[in-house]
Amino acid sequence: MLQGWVIVVTSFAYLGLLFAIAYYADKRADAGRSIIASPYVYSLSLAVYATAWTFYGSVGRAASDGVGFLPIYIGPTLMIALWWIVMRKILRISKQNRITSLADFIASRYGKSALLGGVVTVIAVIGILPYISLQLKAVSNSFTIVLQYPSIIMPAKVTALPILQDTALWVALILAAFTIAFGTRHLDAAEHHEGMVAAIAFESLVKLLAFLALGVFVTFGIYNGFGDLFERAAADPKLSAMMTPLEGVAGGYASWVWLTILSMMAIMFLPRQFQVTVIENVNEKHLNKAIWLFPLYMLAINIFVLPIAFGGLLHFPEGNVDADTFVLTLPMFEKQELLALLVFIGGLSAATGMVIVETIALSTMVCNDLVMPVLLRLRRLRLNERSDLTRLLLGIRRGAIVGILLLGYLYFRLAGEAYALVSIGLISFAAVAQFAPAVLGGIFWKGGTRRGALAGLSGGFAVWLYTLLLPALARSGWLPISFMEQGPFGIELLKPLALFGLAGLDQITHAMIWSMLANIGAYVTVSLSGAQSADEHRQASLFVDVFRQAGEGGGARFWRGTASVPDLYNLLARFQGTAAAESAFADYARARGLRWPGDTLIADAEFVHYVEVQLAGAIGAASARIMVASAVKEEALTLEEVRKILDEASQVVMYSHQLKQKSSELEAATAELRAANERLKELDRLKDDFLSTVTHELRTPLTSIRAFSEILNQDPDVDLAQRRKFLGIITKETERLTRIINQVLDLAKIEAGRAEWSEAPVDMRETISDTVTAMSQLFQENNIRVDARLPERVTPVKADVDRIILVMLNLLSNAVKFCKQGDGRIEITLTEDDRALRVDVRDNGPGIAPGDEQKIFDKFVQAGDTLTNKPQGSGLGLYISRHIVEHHGGRLWVQSRPGEGACFSFTLPLARPMESA
Amino acid sequence: MGEIEGRGQRMIALCMLGCVLFNFPILALFNVRGTYFGVPVLYAYIFIAWALLIALMAWVAERRG
Repeated sequence: MLQGWVIVVTSFAYLGLLFAIAYYADKRADAGRSIIASPYVYSLSLAVYATAWTFYGSVGRAASDGVGFLPIYIGPTLMIALWWIVMRKILRISKQNRITSLADFIASRYGKSALLGGVVTVIAVIGILPYISLQLKAVSNSFTIVLQYPSIIMPAKVTALPILQDTALWVALILAAFTIAFGTRHLDAAEHHEGMVAAIAFESLVKLLAFLALGVFVTFGIYNGFGDLFERAAADPKLSAMMTPLEGVAGGYASWVWLTILSMMAIMFLPRQFQVTVIENVNEKHLNKAIWLFPLYMLAINIFVLPIAFGGLLHFPEGNVDADTFVLTLPMFEKQELLALLVFIGGLSAATGMVIVETIALSTMVCNDLVMPVLLRLRRLRLNERSDLTRLLLGIRRGAIVGILLLGYLYFRLAGEAYALVSIGLISFAAVAQFAPAVLGGIFWKGGTRRGALAGLSGGFAVWLYTLLLPALARSGWLPISFMEQGPFGIELLKPLALFGLAGLDQITHAMIWSMLANIGAYVTVSLSGAQSADEHRQASLFVDVFRQAGEGGGARFWRGTASVPDLYNLLARFQGTAAAESAFADYARARGLRWPGDTLIADAEFVHYVEVQLAGAIGAASARIMVASAVKEEALTLEEVRKILDEASQVVMYSHQLKQKSSELEAATAELRAANERLKELDRLKDDFLSTVTHELRTPLTSIRAFSEILNQDPDVDLAQRRKFLGIITKETERLTRIINQVLDLAKIEAGRAEWSEAPVDMRETISDTVTAMSQLFQENNIRVDARLPERVTPVKADVDRIILVMLNLLSNAVKFCKQGDGRIEITLTEDDRALRVDVRDNGPGIAPGDEQKIFDKFVQAGDTLTNKPQGSGLGLYISRHIVEHHGGRLWVQSRPGEGACFSFTLPLARPMESA
Repeated sequence: MGEIEGRGQRMIALCMLGCVLFNFPILALFNVRGTYFGVPVLYAYIFIAWALLIALMAWVAERRG
């Protein structure tokens, strides 16, 4: 059933199915129900990495050096582990700046430089050509081989055929038409190709299933499992060396390591990988699953590579069958027609998937970063004034797709025959690895400059051309072979495969070492030796600090200028069409609570930035910059102004620091004020209490004085005895009044600290005896027995004798007041120890209620129920006494138990040096 | 943010682990004759280590909190 027409019809039916899937996905996307918004579809679309190289070439490579094909897949696995850091950042940057391709990314990072974008595009296109030619070779070879069924004949040298009979040319043209239909049906503002992604994901499934089916068939159908297969291979003397392959391969471990590094770069910087990973990504979170699903895919598609390679080597030991075709020739040899057809379709999937995504990515770059910037600068074309440029854009892209595929075909005719599939692909890997310093340096190092990136890229690319591309052409006979063998002009040191005498490495390792040295060296050196322009500096900050910025408006504040809304509208409409411009304006207005059309929009910096970003989605950052600059009167931002902006910003930061400090100082001051205020209020309250108490105390004696005086005044008939008694009362009350006033004055003095103290040595025995004698009258009146126990001799203390007497008086009169009625008893004890004299005054009154021991020393507080049993006195005595004692450095306190009397004690320290008595 | 940074550091650690596993001299330890379950030692080692690495990456990437 493998007749030619069956194969052709199946191929076209398969391509038709892909187209249907893409169409369906696009329709769903338009309806807002995307089918690619899934981490699984995203992971499968990443598997566009596995091309015809993987499908056919891995087995070819494995047949010559065993595990040598694996670094191409292990490298990406290691790199993907770093994606959490690196790719997340690239994704965020690309979304914020609406990056449309790798060239756009690099150009945008280094100050939206059109020149840099162009250089990247040229490198990418030339670098990828070998890779595309590889796909063409694989498809046309597989087609030619499967047509020969049932015989197994290797295709003739294509160069021997006239061009029009060359299958590869037709494959290239058909793929071009297919890609145009796929990728350039309409112009998407965000460069999303949902249909394409869906189709690619489907193709990834098909190629995996086809390869696994073949692997299972070879391992378990032809042989009895892995053990049987490897046992037979080991028995073959030619194959047994491949069981420990790392010793035999040219370069050994060095080559293994460099291939790993190379493929780590490739997984990031192949234009098609950048396209599916970054540009087509719809949700950053999909990365989480892709981080392990995609490596798992690579593991799965590689499991059967070695069994198929060994199976092929065992089946075709004569070496007349190219190992790159084992995948197809094994099922053909075993007469498995259906399986052969499935494998052919799988290979077609792998190749078409790569070609579609790669050419779409490259055509975007060619259009946005190479052709448009040039056209826009050519004033003769008057592009700035054309009303609708969307058709022009699409036209350029379609042209680019055809051009790229034809160039790929050209490379295939020129150089494709001399190399195996994998070697062709590695040349492309080495080319895209040149982007690594500019991109990785660009997102982690703010110091990288435009000139540095240009120098690095050109240097690395030049070395690549010299050490990889030229030898490939020479080997195919397009350059004199002496160029390789003796070096150009016979200069040995410049031999392209042993530059500066570095020999003994395989070609790729050799090229990678020199090109990376040139690339990184130039990038860093030139970056460090020159300054950045204002634009570069701004873009560097935007890229490196992407996670620190808030939202999309990040770039707006650096722009100054004037623009009009209709100008901006026309600009957008010209490149994206009226409908897209209308909806973009409406979106912008809605986000600000306005309506479009209707409300007036203000063409401020933010709005111009928004339009530029929208435009960048269609024509790339560099071109968008040129167009916006033409539409608005932009005042170039000089370095001086950027500096000013930065200065202002840092000043604002400083002010805010100062403000913070000030406000905390204020807070502290407020707290202090509040405390002071509380204290003042308290004092005020105390003063009020004091005044009201004092006036009350003064009024009591005054009232009685006045009452008796009135009686004496109004009633002349009062007899003498009565009169005397009344006068006695008046005298007593007057004395009391004087005492209270004296005490209040004393108190005021003491409290204000203005009291005068005249200190002299005092003998406490004398003082106590004098006081008791002075008060003996009072004791007798109240029938109180006083018992003073004084030692024979005490050390004199330095004190104010009058005030100490006052304390004694206070304590004794207190004791008198509270003594038991009729049978009072007061005990005075004087004792001395090392440090102080101590005086105890004990009465036998009712005692003091527990809890009142401290209160009674307060101003105007009197023991007992003040309502029913009003003791005499002002309530100031104890308060003043305590002050006096404390002034002398002593202590006054009371010990009491209710019913057993109270004992007031005070001490006077001896500590102060005395003139000895 | 702490969780995001932690994940990033684990991923870097895994990448370094992979670099060690698939490099000289560890690789040389398995570059010997003989078979595991009928599969040549080197091949078996590479695929098992690779699968292990992917499993660890899945664990780190999908783990919550």
